[in-house]
Amino acid sequence: MGLGAVVAFVGLLFVLGWLAGKTGGGEVAGDGVDEQAGSITLAYPFEPPQLDSTRATDVSSSFVLGHVMEGLLRLDEHGAIAPGVAERWEIDPHQAVFHLRATALWSDGKPVTAQDFVFGWRKVVDPATASEYAFIMYAVKNAEAISKGEMPPDTLGVRALDDHTLQVEFQQPVAYFDKLATFKTYYPIRQDFYESRSGRYGADAEDLVFNGPFTLARWVHGARLRFEKNQTYWNRDTIRLNAVDIPYITTDSAAVMNLYKDDKVAMVGASLGLDPEQLKEVLVQRWPMERFNEGAIFFLEFNHRDGRLTENLHLRKAIQLVFDPGELVNQVIKLPGYLPGQSLFPVWLRGADGLFRQEYPASPPKLDVAAAREHLELARKELGLETWPPISLLCDDRPLTSRITEYLQARLKEELGLEVRIDRQIFKQRLAKMTAGEFDIVMAGWSPDFDDPMTFGDLFASWNLNNRGRYEGAELDRQVRIAMGSLDPKTRMDAFGKVQSLLIDEAVIVPMYERGQVFVRNPQLQGVVRRVVGTDPDFTHAYLGSP
Amino acid sequence: MLRYILKRLLHGLITVWFIATATFIAMHAVPGDPLSGEKAMTPEIRRNLEAKYGLDKPVVEQYRIFLVNMAKGDFGISYTQQNREVNDIIREGFPVSATLGILAVVFAALGGILLGALTATYRNRLPDVVIMFLVILGISVPSFVFAALGQLALVKINAWTGFTLFPVAGWGTVMHMVVPSLVLGLGTMAYLTRLMRSSMLEVTNTDYVRTARSKGLPPARIFLKHQLRNAILPVVTVLGPAIAAITTGGFVVELVFAIPGLGRYFVQAVQQLDYTVIMGTTVFYGAFLVLMVIVVDIVYGLIDPRVRLKA
Repeated sequence: MGLGAVVAFVGLLFVLGWLAGKTGGGEVAGDGVDEQAGSITLAYPFEPPQLDSTRATDVSSSFVLGHVMEGLLRLDEHGAIAPGVAERWEIDPHQAVFHLRATALWSDGKPVTAQDFVFGWRKVVDPATASEYAFIMYAVKNAEAISKGEMPPDTLGVRALDDHTLQVEFQQPVAYFDKLATFKTYYPIRQDFYESRSGRYGADAEDLVFNGPFTLARWVHGARLRFEKNQTYWNRDTIRLNAVDIPYITTDSAAVMNLYKDDKVAMVGASLGLDPEQLKEVLVQRWPMERFNEGAIFFLEFNHRDGRLTENLHLRKAIQLVFDPGELVNQVIKLPGYLPGQSLFPVWLRGADGLFRQEYPASPPKLDVAAAREHLELARKELGLETWPPISLLCDDRPLTSRITEYLQARLKEELGLEVRIDRQIFKQRLAKMTAGEFDIVMAGWSPDFDDPMTFGDLFASWNLNNRGRYEGAELDRQVRIAMGSLDPKTRMDAFGKVQSLLIDEAVIVPMYERGQVFVRNPQLQGVVRRVVGTDPDFTHAYLGSP
Repeated sequence: MLRYILKRLLHGLITVWFIATATFIAMHAVPGDPLSGEKAMTPEIRRNLEAKYGLDKPVVEQYRIFLVNMAKGDFGISYTQQNREVNDIIREGFPVSATLGILAVVFAALGGILLGALTATYRNRLPDVVIMFLVILGISVPSFVFAALGQLALVKINAWTGFTLFPVAGWGTVMHMVVPSLVLGLGTMAYLTRLMRSSMLEVTNTDYVRTARSKGLPPARIFLKHQLRNAILPVVTVLGPAIAAITTGGFVVELVFAIPGLGRYFVQAVQQLDYTVIMGTTVFYGAFLVLMVIVVDIVYGLIDPRVRLKA
């Protein structure tokens, strides 16, 4: 019996080893930083749902696609527009012409041509693709009509004049088409390859062909992503890392911290930032931290629908006047990297020449409890109420959120005597209630798609579907239309400046905070770029060196 | 015997159908919408997506289509991983969870039987007291605590010894499996220890053990042949459901150790209302559990000659 059991156990171990190799990708992960191999190892919280650029929506897809694909233009390390597949371009109010470089190749050696862009873009607006980001192509002529099924996809305003010249006609003048051209939805797709995958394009690494700085060498679902330097990339001489290996896919930040301590990963908090527990550890270890403004703004959004209490301007004003974002960030949130929210437009946005918020400073009202109570009394009379019914606050179920809602609840109770009923919902249910308008106040947020104030500016236009509080303001709509119809930077920024003031004066929303994060990086790993829009973190021009 | 198995399988099928139907109803009753995202969709884009997933059809029709496809073993395409079939997700994720689970069950069963026998033999003496204290810890402390502690211990050990025998996280070799599966099996091991202890105590006082002892058989032989074999029966009973529970319940351990098992898809699917993945994984897990229970009943008949399998 003894011998038999030992033999059985050893046999079992062999079977398990074989199974592990079969299922997990087989290779053993390397160290966080491997100078000899010129490679780094990372952990990442999610894997992309899929990598067909026409249908990609989330940050993990942006992260991977941004390393393995390249659009007409790209963003340099300072976030400025730089040449990508296109080496030259001309944009006027009606059209754009891109001149593609002859040296741009796919990873199988075939040239990247203008037809690849035409094919990819038509796929985006084709109703059969059901792309959630089709709207971002509405700048191109007929895109919206095609997406609605009113016109065939080949009527899209994009043409290959020859293999290396792409002409784009606009639906209406657009001031930031160069920025759109860096976006993932605008990446090229090669028709012959796409069709050879029979509906599986982007599902696995072998169902993709690459034209970016790296190739996706391995993709084991849920287990591993590995980028390797693309030997056919036109600008390969500037790419210094040979490989970026991601053998750990987990949202557990404690696990990633343990891996960092064990020298198995080169960064902690590289995507979601460190949470408070890990932050303590970093402080104890005295590791140098880096801060990063994620670019997103979070705010209290009022429900402006008929019959809601919050439709009343004086009630909204009263709440606005007792809310202090500075106190919220410094006393309640207490996480480095966060900024008090003062405007819908975050601090990093560019304006006409410099930063938008320096050109158009936001002037939120100062904390004023006496004035708030006056507004509240006016609101009560206007609404014809004896006493205030409870106000519902819809929010998500993250731990940080409950700290914020408790603070809000206490503020409104103490200063205004208002009862706040907190309605905590998980992701999908919160969205359903937001869309249906089942709230008085909702804790909402917005992250940018591109680096132009428009990505925030039209959010509360009456026609915007993301305007979940259904605010309707004729003047705000007018300003947004001015910004949309103009190419003059000054005119556009003036309009956004007015939108910013209107949102404060009308108390459409109450800004809470701009989300930031803290991360830790192995000092040997340098040249990592964190971005508010696009590929983040960006390892394209990262390198290994002594700190 | 064959008739018995067939009959059990038929009952199992009905159970699985019931699980599927209940899940389908519950899933559609949950407020929220599988297609919604943080950014709103234009009505035309929404229509395009609804048509793609057949959500534009009435729910009864969707149920009928689901049943027909399920009978063919096709659960459709995931909502969140838009061009992967649910079958692919199960095919890739389940072997990982199962491997981890099998090893955990091996640990749990060996440990539980051994420790249980030990405590019964040393009843009310020091080994019994110490082990039973640990057992209570094992039952009451949730697995995510053990997972975090286990991982932290690995970091310390690796830093101290200067080389990595057991990796902190990840998947790919046998070494990756040892600590996660120990952690995963710990709760079951504690439970089995307690079960084994009480059934062992029961057996010790039976007539046939006393007879064996009075015949002068060597203690080792009494232990293996007469006590263990009889005492192990209740343990085998719970082993089936335990295998299913461990292979399907490893979500937390998979998360902490970054293991690409099916557990995370199962949990994420519910959070994301990924209809096809919810149905696929629930039906699959349900079927697996039912099958395990049947297997145990058959094994029971083999171990215990008193049990006859009759239809």
